[in-house]
Amino acid sequence: MEIPYTVEVRPDTGLYNAKMGIWLFLASEVMLFGALFSTYIILRTGNPDWVQHSMNVPLATLNTMILISSSVTVVMSWASLRLKNFARFRMYFTGTLLLAGGFMVVKAIEYNQEFSQGLFPWSDNYMGIYFALTGLHGLHVVGGMVVIGYLLGPGAKMWRTAPEQYVNRIECLGLYWHFVDLVWIFLFPSLYLL
Amino acid sequence: MGGHTSPEDIKKETRTYLLVFAALAVATVITVTVSYLDLNRTQAITVALFIATIKGGLVAAFFMHLLSEEKFIYSVLVLTLVFFVALFVLPISTLADAVGEHFVMEGVEHGESEAH
Amino acid sequence: MSPIDEQHPEEAPEVSEEAHEHAHDEHHGEHEESFIWKYVFSTDHKMIGIQYGITSLLFLAFGFALMLIMRWQLGNPGQPVPFIGGLLGQANAPGGVVLPEFYNQLGAMHGTIMVFLGVVPLAVGAFGNYIVPLQIGAPDMAFPKLNMMSYWFYFLGGVVMLASFVAPGGAANSGWTSYPPLSVAVATEGQTYWLIGMVFLITSSLLGAVNFITTIVQLRTKGMTWMRLPFFVWSQLVTAFLLLLAFPPLEAAAVFQLMDRVLGTSFFLPSGLIVSNQILQVAGGGSALLWQHLFWFLAHPEVYVLVLPAMGIIAEVIANNTRKPLWGYKPLVYSTVFLGFMSFIVWAHHMFLTGMGTVMNAFFQTTTMIISIPSVVILTALLLSLWGASIRFNTPMLFALAFLPMFGIGGLTGLPLGLAPADIHLHDTYYVIAHFHYVVAPGTLFALFAGIYYWYPKVTGRRMNEVLGKIHFFASLVFINGVFMPMFLQGLAGVSRRLYDGGATYSHAQGVLEWNAFMSNSAFLLALAQLPFIFNFFWSIKMGKVVDSNPWRATTLEWVATTSPPLGHGNFETVPVVYNGPYEYSVPGRDDDYLPQNVAVQEG
Repeated sequence: MEIPYTVEVRPDTGLYNAKMGIWLFLASEVMLFGALFSTYIILRTGNPDWVQHSMNVPLATLNTMILISSSVTVVMSWASLRLKNFARFRMYFTGTLLLAGGFMVVKAIEYNQEFSQGLFPWSDNYMGIYFALTGLHGLHVVGGMVVIGYLLGPGAKMWRTAPEQYVNRIECLGLYWHFVDLVWIFLFPSLYLL
Repeated sequence: MGGHTSPEDIKKETRTYLLVFAALAVATVITVTVSYLDLNRTQAITVALFIATIKGGLVAAFFMHLLSEEKFIYSVLVLTLVFFVALFVLPISTLADAVGEHFVMEGVEHGESEAH
Repeated sequence: MSPIDEQHPEEAPEVSEEAHEHAHDEHHGEHEESFIWKYVFSTDHKMIGIQYGITSLLFLAFGFALMLIMRWQLGNPGQPVPFIGGLLGQANAPGGVVLPEFYNQLGAMHGTIMVFLGVVPLAVGAFGNYIVPLQIGAPDMAFPKLNMMSYWFYFLGGVVMLASFVAPGGAANSGWTSYPPLSVAVATEGQTYWLIGMVFLITSSLLGAVNFITTIVQLRTKGMTWMRLPFFVWSQLVTAFLLLLAFPPLEAAAVFQLMDRVLGTSFFLPSGLIVSNQILQVAGGGSALLWQHLFWFLAHPEVYVLVLPAMGIIAEVIANNTRKPLWGYKPLVYSTVFLGFMSFIVWAHHMFLTGMGTVMNAFFQTTTMIISIPSVVILTALLLSLWGASIRFNTPMLFALAFLPMFGIGGLTGLPLGLAPADIHLHDTYYVIAHFHYVVAPGTLFALFAGIYYWYPKVTGRRMNEVLGKIHFFASLVFINGVFMPMFLQGLAGVSRRLYDGGATYSHAQGVLEWNAFMSNSAFLLALAQLPFIFNFFWSIKMGKVVDSNPWRATTLEWVATTSPPLGHGNFETVPVVYNGPYEYSVPGRDDDYLPQNVAVQEG
């Protein structure tokens, strides 16, 4: 007996299994980042000696643009795949991977700048929360890159064997990737601008 | 959104994606520009969070196609949102509604608590 | 191996792995499974359920042993621990006498292991994995590979926790709650292991929760509507939501505490903290109470993660052995959902004594009182289900019957703790220990025993021995009360928990001190009372009475739509279709006193 609804949609929920799975996972991610942001607010408002460092806003703005662009490329790659245009899909999807890599490079430059200014996680709680939040977000980017790399490389065989399931996988990866983008959209003003 | 949409619909979708991208880029520029203005704290926070919410809303509504999603996903997200709000409101208001001075602590705190 | 094999050559793997190593050369479709893929890295929900079951039972035994060492120290202070005293290590127990520092490790690790490595993996990982897909008519969990990963993350978390005992300075010693600053500024290396272990365990639970919810929502077979779901499945569904949404904040908190310990940040360390008469050299400015909020945001729902699957098991066993429908199935379901929801907003009743103001105090007292209502509804419905029944007093039913009053004691004694004025007196005393142990030990653990006796024939095709089962039950019931009932007295007298000497140095404890030896002796007898169970568990694999596919004459799909033990991959010969509710027992006008869920009746 095969597991039902791995590819096709269950009529009463309108979903295939993986899509429900990824949304549930994202719900737990919402709670994870909720706790991180809540911590930030509590520590910042609770400490009269809070020091808010001014971070590198131009670099962070660049990173915001990079991540937004990668969100567009990933959604375009999904659309291309649904139009059965594999070459265009691969172009957009590779673009997403490169943009994600670019984001991490910029992040590394930023971290290096901060280290050279003598700012470390233990310097004060702003730096602590800054490294914790951007670090965990960075881990999510890296995790996304691994999956994108897999789906571009060995995982791409599935396009020939089970195209519908492959489209589904791209959709789920896309949902995850947009969520990573969405978290950054809130991280950026709260850590850099306020 | 299964695979049953027609190619024309998908092409229409991609135009929307590009428009959303433009809106996100513009909003990013605005929020950075505003941060260089001399707003007071409340104003700055309000504006920045307002813009971030709009940007996040655009990503969720169009890129994650939440505008036309299934009921189950809406229910899960509403439930999550309720607990998400609780995770902010309850700890913050509990810490704010404190007897004495414990929010700014001096020395070791003796608040060992029960576990049940 | 036995008649069962001849009947069902495609049977699922059983409890004992070694014995079957080469017993089957099964061909499932095109690929042949080697030993390692079949038993170790299996993706079959039944095998994973058994893996969870064995691992968690071993952890339960280990956690129980930690408690026995503590109880020895409390009952016989300063005496060397018999039998195993020499094995505890010179650093922990020179000459077999437990040191205070070691006692703290035992306490912290007993709690951690029992909750996160014992009860939850058994209730959710083992029972949930094995039973849920069968009860909803699904061929497997929705994501079999994720299921396997979930088990191995759990296993890894367990290994890290065990390894912490040999870490420099020993295992975590700041209580299972790991409150900072103690856990950050004072605790030994073992606390770091604890945090890493917790991150693995949380990851495992999250993967499991995603899998359970998707499976229950998506893989219900034709006709299995929401109101035809066995109550056990409902309890697992709500539990999965609790794990999914309550665990992430603790994951965040664990990462923060790990950073505090390893990187030297001060998320939970206030400024000017003095440790050993010296100001701690950290940036400071953190909040110790923040940890408590993030911890209890999980840990209170966790209480219901422990309790709900237990209630699910009890409902199955009671319906089956009263031979009548559950009283108030719908109120049970709605109460469970409401209970799950409310459990997210009561947590700060663990923190009444942290200087909380009256407004929030009132809020959390109110929510705590509200959450007791659905608990009472559930317990009442189960109790009323007994009314007018001709009850079959087999071993699972005995455990289920004992669950009701035991859980009742645990629940009702929680009310004074949920009210701040009473909590001022009772907070952090043995009363608290007694309260939550009544919920989890004679409560949940009894339900899990009921589940083991009830579903044992499902897994093995044999029944466990009834006589041994009854000895196990009655002895456990007597001795477990001997352990926990006197704790109420000690707690009311004001004896604090976590005392190495059991309160001997406190004058207010003198009047109730003699109970320590009584409780310790009860605990040792309780350990002896588990021997018939352990023997029965292994003996019955080979020697238990062979039974047919549905020995309890049950209605739910796991019994009526497949064999016992169930078929290998895929579970069912043909996809079952459901026509009836889960508890159609003693339907008037039928020859059998049970109507299986997959049998259509013609109205006549």
